[in-house]
Amino acid sequence: MSEQNRDEQRTGDAGSPDPTDDEMLIQTDVSESVERTGASFDRDTVVSARDINVWYGDDQALQNISMDIPEKSVTAMVGPSGCGKSTFLRCINRMNDLIDSARVEGDLYLRGKNVYDDDVDPVALRRRVGMVFQKPNPFPKSIRENVTYGLKIQDKGGDYDEIVEESLKRAALWEEVKDQLDESGLELSGGQQQRLCIARAIAPDPEVLLMDEPASALDPVATSQIEDLIEELAQEYTVVIVTHNMQQAARISDQTAVFLTGGELVEFDDTQKIFENPESQRVEDYITGKFG
Amino acid sequence: MSTDDLATDISKQTENSPRELLTRTFFFLCAGLSIVTTISIVVLLVTEAAKFFTITAPLMGVTGETASLVDFLTGTTWQINSGEFGVLTLVSATVMITLGSAVIAIPLGVATAIYLSEYASKRARSVLKPALEILAGVPTVVYGFFALIYITPALSVVFPSIGTFNMLSASVVVGVMIIPMVASISEDAMSAVPDELRQAGYGMGATKFDVATGIVVPAALSGIFSSFILALSRAIGETMAVTIAAGSRAQFLNPLNPASFLEGSLPMTAAMVQLLLGDITGGGLAYRSLFAIGLVLFVITLIMNVISDFVAQRYREEY
Repeated sequence: MSEQNRDEQRTGDAGSPDPTDDEMLIQTDVSESVERTGASFDRDTVVSARDINVWYGDDQALQNISMDIPEKSVTAMVGPSGCGKSTFLRCINRMNDLIDSARVEGDLYLRGKNVYDDDVDPVALRRRVGMVFQKPNPFPKSIRENVTYGLKIQDKGGDYDEIVEESLKRAALWEEVKDQLDESGLELSGGQQQRLCIARAIAPDPEVLLMDEPASALDPVATSQIEDLIEELAQEYTVVIVTHNMQQAARISDQTAVFLTGGELVEFDDTQKIFENPESQRVEDYITGKFG
Repeated sequence: MSTDDLATDISKQTENSPRELLTRTFFFLCAGLSIVTTISIVVLLVTEAAKFFTITAPLMGVTGETASLVDFLTGTTWQINSGEFGVLTLVSATVMITLGSAVIAIPLGVATAIYLSEYASKRARSVLKPALEILAGVPTVVYGFFALIYITPALSVVFPSIGTFNMLSASVVVGVMIIPMVASISEDAMSAVPDELRQAGYGMGATKFDVATGIVVPAALSGIFSSFILALSRAIGETMAVTIAAGSRAQFLNPLNPASFLEGSLPMTAAMVQLLLGDITGGGLAYRSLFAIGLVLFVITLIMNVISDFVAQRYREEY
């Protein structure tokens, strides 16, 4: 996309509703889905970004990102280091709020509600958006307590034993740990720890599951297990995954967004199209390994 | 390059070169010095204390006045002039100050550490941490007369029956004195908790309170416990402030009875100061009782340190 195009896009969206406007207006705006990068998809939109700009201090990390992420599918974000793909992921659950120097502008709708509205509590938002990190980070607690953590902090009732079993089964970990639920999560192997983190993230039944390079710290066998698991999860969850591994994106994702240096979203389309017949020459160069 | 040259080049040359040898010896001597000092002090304490007790004195070849070991350990009267050396009297006072200061220092110290590690902005931290270090650097004699001149009169408003010298004001100043130690060691332990765990918590929708109390504190527990034990060891060994604030009249008090905090007594350290300031003669029974008290004090702090190590090992989390 050229500079000019993006400028037009910015003015095109200048009439986006004031944060204080009512829900109706916001809904209308999202359904218009005016100019964003790439195709629209058959499925319903869960996350929709409009002109997201992010700065760390004076450095701009993301430039006018607009995209619609469809539900119950895997959306991969790829691109070279420092292209802003993780930053974008962290805009969705407002984890960037935790970084003092970070500043986010623009609108990001989760099922039609702008999460950057003044009345949105980032803590409450994060309870509806699961997140899995690059390095497996189970709490130094038992496996059971790890899985129920999200429910406990939300004071959610329910049959915890059932939820633990269900979540661990969905994370393909149940068979391996069912006899040691009260042992520390730190005693598991790296791949098991990461699946435990996935179980922990899905236990409160989030709208979206964000994954920030979830397999990059794992060995090939554990990586392949995680990849299979992600494809499974996409039948029930909307998965947004950041990866620096092009093959991984090609293998597991339904849509791929290519970010390039400078924090621009260059192309966003069906994964097959991105890898076989990208619109942009820069994307083709990146995918074929000519740069990046 | 020929094979011979290579063999010469890679043969041992550096390991025992004069410079390596010299520095290694120097560092070894420095490290050894502290071990030698510790051992010497322990040997001195044990041998001198042995001369104090009837049961061990003959082994040391000492004749003359001695004291009963059983009376020493179980007696509740400390009257040097009448030859009554019941160390429990002094231990009870020390225990009171330790308990009293723990009640003040543990909650305040941990709360300070949580604030510094989890809540404080960079700016607030840059003011608070040096302030804490200054608090730790105030000479203990200043704490002592502060207790005597300000705290006791203030306390007497609430407790009219409080004595000029009392355990309460001594406990308060010792408590304040060890807050920086609890706070600083606990804060180090909390800061060492990997940020990934906090991120995981916040990512799950935890509030700051949830993360601080449910994730960071449990993960840092071994360090926090260590800080308690180290700080309480310091409270046990604290001398100047309690000598000034707690008084000089040795009496056995029940540490679990709150009312006894209004009275004064003589903690172990203060008793040793009193002995040294009095005109005790070298070699006499009173003189040797110094070493007996010293040995008790040493054993107590040693046990505390062993507990601290055990706790640190037992509850340490590997991330």
